[in-house]
Amino acid sequence: MKNRFRRFGPPILLLAPSLVLMAVFVYGLIGANFRTSITDNHTAGQATGRQPVSTVWFQNYVDLLKSESFQHSLVNLVLYTAVFLVGTLVIGFVWAWLLDKPVKGEGFFRSVYLFPMAVSFVASGVVWRWLLNSNQDESASGLNRLFQMVGLDFLQNNWWNNVTFGITAIAIPAIWQLSGYVMALFLAGFRGIPEELREAGRMDGASEWKVYRYVIFPELTPIALSALIIIGHMSLKSFDLIMSISKPANYQTKVPAVDMYVSKSSFDYANAAAIGSILLIIVAIAVVPYLIKTNRQEK
Amino acid sequence: MTTVSTPVPAPDVAGRPVDLRPDRRREKFTVKRTLRYAALLLGVLLVLIPVYVLFVTSFKGAGDASPTRAWNLPTAWTTQNWSDAWTALSPALWRTFEMVIPASIIAAFLGSLNGFVLSRWSFRGANLVFTLILFGMFIPYQAVMIPLLQIFLDAGIPSGVPSLILLHVIYGIPITTLIFRNYYQTIPHELIEAARVDGAGMLRTYWSIILPISIPSFVVVLIWQFTSAWNDFLFAVFFSSSQNGPVTLALNNLANGAMLQNYGVSMAGALFASLPTLIVYIILGKYFVGGLMSGSVKG
Repeated sequence: MKNRFRRFGPPILLLAPSLVLMAVFVYGLIGANFRTSITDNHTAGQATGRQPVSTVWFQNYVDLLKSESFQHSLVNLVLYTAVFLVGTLVIGFVWAWLLDKPVKGEGFFRSVYLFPMAVSFVASGVVWRWLLNSNQDESASGLNRLFQMVGLDFLQNNWWNNVTFGITAIAIPAIWQLSGYVMALFLAGFRGIPEELREAGRMDGASEWKVYRYVIFPELTPIALSALIIIGHMSLKSFDLIMSISKPANYQTKVPAVDMYVSKSSFDYANAAAIGSILLIIVAIAVVPYLIKTNRQEK
Repeated sequence: MTTVSTPVPAPDVAGRPVDLRPDRRREKFTVKRTLRYAALLLGVLLVLIPVYVLFVTSFKGAGDASPTRAWNLPTAWTTQNWSDAWTALSPALWRTFEMVIPASIIAAFLGSLNGFVLSRWSFRGANLVFTLILFGMFIPYQAVMIPLLQIFLDAGIPSGVPSLILLHVIYGIPITTLIFRNYYQTIPHELIEAARVDGAGMLRTYWSIILPISIPSFVVVLIWQFTSAWNDFLFAVFFSSSQNGPVTLALNNLANGAMLQNYGVSMAGALFASLPTLIVYIILGKYFVGGLMSGSVKG
């Protein structure tokens, strides 16, 4: 008994503060949030505990998923994530591919591509709101004015003020900020492929395309998966950028994270909690298999 | 990359020797290279467009308000916007430092302890514990926000800096643990075994062997925590107000609050708000990238 404590005691004690914090603030609160989400806690009086709250089970979830407004948020989330993922992965891959070859000033290019990552979404939102101004023709500023100046007038559009696709305009600054990150991931991947492996492929008479197809792409798959998970979960949680470019009340750019904020601000805690739980489920579907796979590989 | 060092001409797919006539090869090489640099420079141009807008607009006065002058340099350079932005943001800037510095140091220290135990003083089930901690990094905080607000209110934790320090420590634990664990896994087991044989306990081993060689990953973790806490907007919006909140919140109020939008002031403000993280990025870029890489779970 004493021996067992000697072996297991110290590591557990050292981990204890963090374990308690994680148990309470991650898992405990997820449970508490779910508890709130199945109540009729929709008013300020109930939120502050002055009025009674009763359990309504999954009524809030049913109402949310049935409402046209929340469906619009979910569609927006899918559109935004699709554009964000494709944009960052394609640009990040191309930049890494260009920089993999010996290039003069590689450090400069890398630093420039990566720097937006150090800036907050709120700060970049300030300038992107100006760039994505929906005014056109004489009153145009921002990108619409730039399009006129270079003779591409037909590209002028109302950006995030389009009801159906407005949300994809907000994915542009997101791509601007995170393509460099994906580039850094892919570049590390390219550099991790031993030159002998490519040489061997070429010696066997493989064309450059086949070397990519059968040697390089398979080696990069784990990196692409990491990038997909990281960018994907960031995208599903997107809030800052949308809040700083658009407004929470704007129907065209709302996503579940924004709905959650709006519900909370009007003291509709039950709906806010239900939206939080829905977001958690969406993220967990994407992330949990990945975590389990990573965990298995390490054993 | 090139086949120059290959003693015999590399055969192409059909097995014929590749045409190595120097003039043609060189020409092809140059065209390819020119295209590569052109593509890289186009990337730089696209990344820097918002930076140009930010700088130029922040020096513009009321005389440049016309949309036709949107992309022009200021007619008269003025620093009025900068001083207005400083007046509006400086209290929040100091508060952000007060919040970010303790939050980074405490989270880094906890992460270092966890990383050490989970990688080098391991026990059965350590991998599962690690995965459970890691999940905390991916959850959308919306899924814990409502009970979190209630707990902080019940516990009487003041909104603003104290709340935010606590939150950034708690939710920083997964990423700091991850980075340290990946780093400590590169330390040879023999080093720790030797200490064990000499009779050093766990704390002693941590203190005199692990801690001294952890400086590089402390730098990586501190930068990561500093940047993400500095740039945070979500917790700021829920747990502080414009009177006691960090600079992201103050900037968002500055940019979205006024009825009449003054882009000059908000862009100067965006630059102020980004300066600390940009300086860190410029001076310690190498470590910044190190942190990004560790963020990809596999490390």
